[in-house]
Amino acid sequence: MTKFSAFNVARNAFSASKSWPKQWRNPEPRASYDAVIIGGGGHGLGTAYYLAKEHGLTKIAVVEKGWIGGGNTGRNTTIIRSNYLYDESAGIYEHSVKLWEKLSQELNYNVMYSPRGVLMLAHNVHDVQSSMRHVYADRLNGVDNEWLSPEECKAFCPPLNISNNIRYPVMGGALQRRGGVARHDAVAWGYARGADRLGVDIIQNCEVLRIDRDAAGTVSGIETTRGYIKTAKVGVVAAGHTSVVMERAGLRMPLESFPLQALVSEPIKPIFPCVVMSNTVHAYISQSDKGELVIGAGTDQYISYSQQGGLHIAAHTLEAICELFPQFRRMRMLRNWGGIVDTTYDRSPILSKTSIPGLYVNCGWGTGGFKATPGSAHVFAASMANDEMHPIAAPFSLNRFQSGRLIDEAAAAVAH
Amino acid sequence: MSHANRLAGRGRIDRSKPIIIQFNGREVPAYHGDTAASALIANGILHVGRSFKYHRPRGVLAAGAEEPNALLDIDRGNGRRDPNNRATVVEAFDGLVTRSQNHWPSLKYDVGTLNDMASPLFSAGFYYKTFMWPSAAWKRVYEPVIRRAAGLGKAPTVPDPDRYVHSHAHCDVLISGAGPAGLAAALAASVDGSRRIIIADEQNEFGGTLLHDLTSTIDGLSASDWVAQTVATLSQRSNVRMLPRTTVVAYYNHNHIALNQRLTDHQSNPSKGMARERLWQVRAGEVIAATGAHERPLVFAGNDRPGMLLADSLRAFINRYGVTPGRNVVIATSGASAYQAAIDAKSAGLFVTIVDYRKRDEIGDERLLATQAGIEILDNHSVIGSTGRTQVTGLIVAPKTASGGVGDVRTLNCDAVGMSGGWTPVVHLVSQSRAKLVFDTALDAFIPGEAYQSERSAGACRGVYALDECLANGHEAGSGAGAAPSAKSSEATGFEPVRLMPTNRQKLRDKAFVDFQNDVTAKDINLAVQEGFQSIEHVKRYTTTGMATDQGKTSNINALGIVAGALELTPPDVGTTTFRPPYTPTTFGAFAGQARGVLFDPERITPMHDWAVKKGAKFEDVALWKRAWYFPQGRETMHDAVQRECRAVRESVGIFDATTLGKIEVVGPDAAEFLNRIYTNSWLKLKPGRCRYGLMLKEDGYIMDDGVVARVADDRFHITTTTGGAPRVLGHMEDYLQTEFTDLKLSLTSTTEQWAVIAVQGPNARDVVAPLVSDIDMSNDAFPHMSMREGKVCGVPCRLFRVSFTGEAGYEINVPSDYGEAVWEAVYAAGQPYDITPYGTETMHVLRAEKGFIIVGQETDGTVTPEDVGLSGLVSKVKADFVGKRSLARPDLVAEGRKQLVGLLTLDPDVLLDEGAQIVDDPQAALPMPMLGHVTSSYVSPNVARGGTGDPQQSGDGRSIAMAMIAGGHSRVGTRLYATTREGFTEVQVTKPVFFDPDGGRANV
Repeated sequence: MTKFSAFNVARNAFSASKSWPKQWRNPEPRASYDAVIIGGGGHGLGTAYYLAKEHGLTKIAVVEKGWIGGGNTGRNTTIIRSNYLYDESAGIYEHSVKLWEKLSQELNYNVMYSPRGVLMLAHNVHDVQSSMRHVYADRLNGVDNEWLSPEECKAFCPPLNISNNIRYPVMGGALQRRGGVARHDAVAWGYARGADRLGVDIIQNCEVLRIDRDAAGTVSGIETTRGYIKTAKVGVVAAGHTSVVMERAGLRMPLESFPLQALVSEPIKPIFPCVVMSNTVHAYISQSDKGELVIGAGTDQYISYSQQGGLHIAAHTLEAICELFPQFRRMRMLRNWGGIVDTTYDRSPILSKTSIPGLYVNCGWGTGGFKATPGSAHVFAASMANDEMHPIAAPFSLNRFQSGRLIDEAAAAVAH
Repeated sequence: MSHANRLAGRGRIDRSKPIIIQFNGREVPAYHGDTAASALIANGILHVGRSFKYHRPRGVLAAGAEEPNALLDIDRGNGRRDPNNRATVVEAFDGLVTRSQNHWPSLKYDVGTLNDMASPLFSAGFYYKTFMWPSAAWKRVYEPVIRRAAGLGKAPTVPDPDRYVHSHAHCDVLISGAGPAGLAAALAASVDGSRRIIIADEQNEFGGTLLHDLTSTIDGLSASDWVAQTVATLSQRSNVRMLPRTTVVAYYNHNHIALNQRLTDHQSNPSKGMARERLWQVRAGEVIAATGAHERPLVFAGNDRPGMLLADSLRAFINRYGVTPGRNVVIATSGASAYQAAIDAKSAGLFVTIVDYRKRDEIGDERLLATQAGIEILDNHSVIGSTGRTQVTGLIVAPKTASGGVGDVRTLNCDAVGMSGGWTPVVHLVSQSRAKLVFDTALDAFIPGEAYQSERSAGACRGVYALDECLANGHEAGSGAGAAPSAKSSEATGFEPVRLMPTNRQKLRDKAFVDFQNDVTAKDINLAVQEGFQSIEHVKRYTTTGMATDQGKTSNINALGIVAGALELTPPDVGTTTFRPPYTPTTFGAFAGQARGVLFDPERITPMHDWAVKKGAKFEDVALWKRAWYFPQGRETMHDAVQRECRAVRESVGIFDATTLGKIEVVGPDAAEFLNRIYTNSWLKLKPGRCRYGLMLKEDGYIMDDGVVARVADDRFHITTTTGGAPRVLGHMEDYLQTEFTDLKLSLTSTTEQWAVIAVQGPNARDVVAPLVSDIDMSNDAFPHMSMREGKVCGVPCRLFRVSFTGEAGYEINVPSDYGEAVWEAVYAAGQPYDITPYGTETMHVLRAEKGFIIVGQETDGTVTPEDVGLSGLVSKVKADFVGKRSLARPDLVAEGRKQLVGLLTLDPDVLLDEGAQIVDDPQAALPMPMLGHVTSSYVSPNVARGGTGDPQQSGDGRSIAMAMIAGGHSRVGTRLYATTREGFTEVQVTKPVFFDPDGGRANV
């Protein structure tokens, strides 16, 4: 494994890059593993990485139906923040941000974590109340989040229109300076390379057909399109298709999957310094290092596994973008795509054991899972290794839907 | 110099209409009918831009929408400036201002060229491998440098003055593309007049490749005459809508298709008010894709110099625009079609040589035609390089050897190159429609396989290249009515796929470009494969090939072929990337349409809105509604106005516009039973004429909405909901009525906008209202609190509610909306002796908080039970079921320590808590600090005694009050806690959440 460094980039420059090895192998699946992760997105690859690195498991496989990082990891708008309301959420997302801050060095892979600040706008009195509630809760949770007046918002994000001549004028915003963006593909690849180096087999183009149990009801193995794999521990981290995979273990999940759209503009020189989110008018925007404006749209109203949403959803987002940034009206949409997001009743994730011993599930991240990638993977790996949910993960167990102990971030933020 | 590269006697340009455009401040003479690209080429301006990464000089590569290189900043004046326009699709008009981009300080001298010299450092994905130390430097140092170097043009900086509109249409057949296949399809599909046809083409005129075909004939006419005749025929048919300058950009489910029509960009002086673009949304019975094919460049070192074009694009410039980048042309090809470009160039008087990758015996009849035209052909040759800097000066070629290498190298001097590596069908639309794409080895291309929706493809976009077959194919796609057009053409088809041209060079700096705009070379792609990126999606993302503004139109198949070669797989085994909309970049404004400002979201206003505006009210947005927030007098601040309004209601009488509350009329024999199941409380015994406060839960047991409900008759209820909750509540009720309670007979009708609602509240309310009312006994005994009477007010039929959200005696006068303003004015006039005071939502909030009345969505947040806010009395213990009942019994909903509604009084009455402030027990605790709850409402009340806890007898001189949801709150009443402030914490006293008139006597007077 050649270390990634400026020195080695320079050295390779004189050898026509001949010495760069494969970033991960492309192995045949072995007959058995100590643990199998189903789903080769950032959360799954990260889980395998931490299982190998921190918990001493050596025989681990990640099985992926398509190509790694091809699901929501490679389709999202890369926003990272931890300024959530409830203690449980602040716990896991802040854990994640702390890992983001060191992730490039941890993985020796530049994931381009760019803490350029996430500004969440308020457009009515209810938004202001909700923002202040978040700001105060975050302060006491040790999470940075501050309230900005409209003028301060404008100073932080000069393209922003804070005039009164828009339908819902900006009344202020909550800013998390440590929030920002990262390079989504690099997260999957960095974890893959790191996991591979620790001996994890990453098996692509491998669909799981069945999850088997032994006589005692414990997980015993999985049937795949590339053969049978024996294992006593399975972690399902399959995002939008988690319900499909879990059905192959005979379990139904409290999830609904929807298409979620995003789009980018043509690239332009730096014009947008931060991330701006507005839940009220449905605008989520930042600028990639390549120069594209990266814009998040909403979910369709209907459940679907088609990675394509309706025109009106993307159009509505562009209406909002053009309201908040009227100078971008002449910009052009370059590419518009969809991903499948798995949403729970309370819009918080599920990290949980299941009724089947040895079967664990990490899903339900809905529209905001990218930011949680390192934290989610880290605590899920610990939970799988110890067969006991990590304290940060424990509140997100499946049984909350029975007990009613919901973590309803969405309800708290949406006007009633 | 002017028109130095213009060819005599050729082109569809109008030489009688000379125009002048600007390029980087320089005047460029052109003709009507030119594009920006053809105008620049006509004047010998070949170096028009710089590439993305290496800042290499670049010129025009293509003649159409697939152009990756020639991106211009276009300024149409008055803020109408935008970057990244493909020069090949920008129609020239007099005064058009264009600029090159992505260079500093100038196009000619660009320091970014250093990247080109240092390019071995910048191999694919180099940025993933470095810039990691120290960790803070990425954001502060490396990223800003990279960001400045990346990007292409500069974003507009002023609001766009243009308008954009939307149109919607239905048709039986939508045809995308008006080349030979599309036109033949349109003729056939429309001939019997029974089907509605829309045919759209991205270009300014219909005809596609026929517009630069000077040699073929169709039905005995020249290609261009046949186009003219066909367009004339179609325009006579009333069932055909023809949309030029209209790109079919996206294909959604259910044959929902988006088209973007450019209306004014080609005009120098568009008429004022004319929309710039129109987004069509079409539902088509069937879609016929006749979208043609894109030519592929050849991949060899230095294949990117200005003056090097795709062969058929070079032919288009020569034939359609009468321009050429140079007089000494080399056509480099691996296929037959480029021979026609050579022949046409020769006939235009240019010196032409053909370099053909194919062996002599693999070349067909086209060889003879070229030879007859006097063109030298070097067959079995590879191109291994080029010379020149801002214009190509030579092409370095060598014969191929049997071992796969090359022989002796020679340089062909030239100033223009047309290259052809074969053709790629434009399958974007059908791919968006989720048709399967299948790889055709003979065509070396993906073509449409099984359709997913009602669509089919015709012509070159399904690999049918020969003109005659293309016409027949289009005709058949259009259902084949009438006779198919028949063509005679000398153009040959077929090519030999070649990925990377054989070469003897392995220099570090040799760059054989695959993706021109993103500067992705064959070497980059091979490196990606070497590093283990094997899926084409991985290679694309790692190298960025195919991700430029042209979305890989000229590069995808070459990239795929190189990956396949490196992995020793076939292209379909490597896979193809998914085609995503839009087909070409599409203006944000076109999607947003007219939705700006007040048209962004509908503004709902009440019948009394104008009155409030005249009175100087300030408004707040509540859902879609504009609600009067407060009524400042003179230079009053919001605080002063609200204090005055609050006092006036308690001391005399106030008038409030409550129209925005949601209203639903529930009618039917089972209306009461329905409410019984929807609300937590009981409705069967409520008598007509009486009102009851109702609470409704979601299925999860948490409060969803509330409001007063009046029983109008045995089978009729008048429900009110929160302002924001009205649509949600109606949807919730309909959901249950239609899916769960199908045994019940009743109907639900939203009546929110049928009634104007005038709230008159205060000790003098009856004295104001009674004189206006007829048919109703207004005495307290006959018309007590929480009742409703039908009668007349000011002679207008009304539903008069005696209800109160202020704690004062009061009425809510419901009159038909059309009478709202008149009745409001009458009430206001009648109130003058009592100094009746209009008040807004802020005062309403303060007054109800003084009384401890909750607002759903403010005290509640979707996680609050009736018990939590002290309303467990409203939850029936005897009803068998109601929505949410089962969930209310879940362990966490009955657990100890839930957050409960309390009042808070700051120890310092002048301290006003922030709504959203958190409550803690010990402000010295370490972070993360345990939190007990939060402040839901906080106001300065003029009616609560300063020192005390709200004794109504004490004339209050005002103090802050607050409501809060606090863990175990009911048991904490009387204790002290801390609330966060901007600076730190402040101490608060926990109280019951009622600050005024705790016995509620005032409402019953």
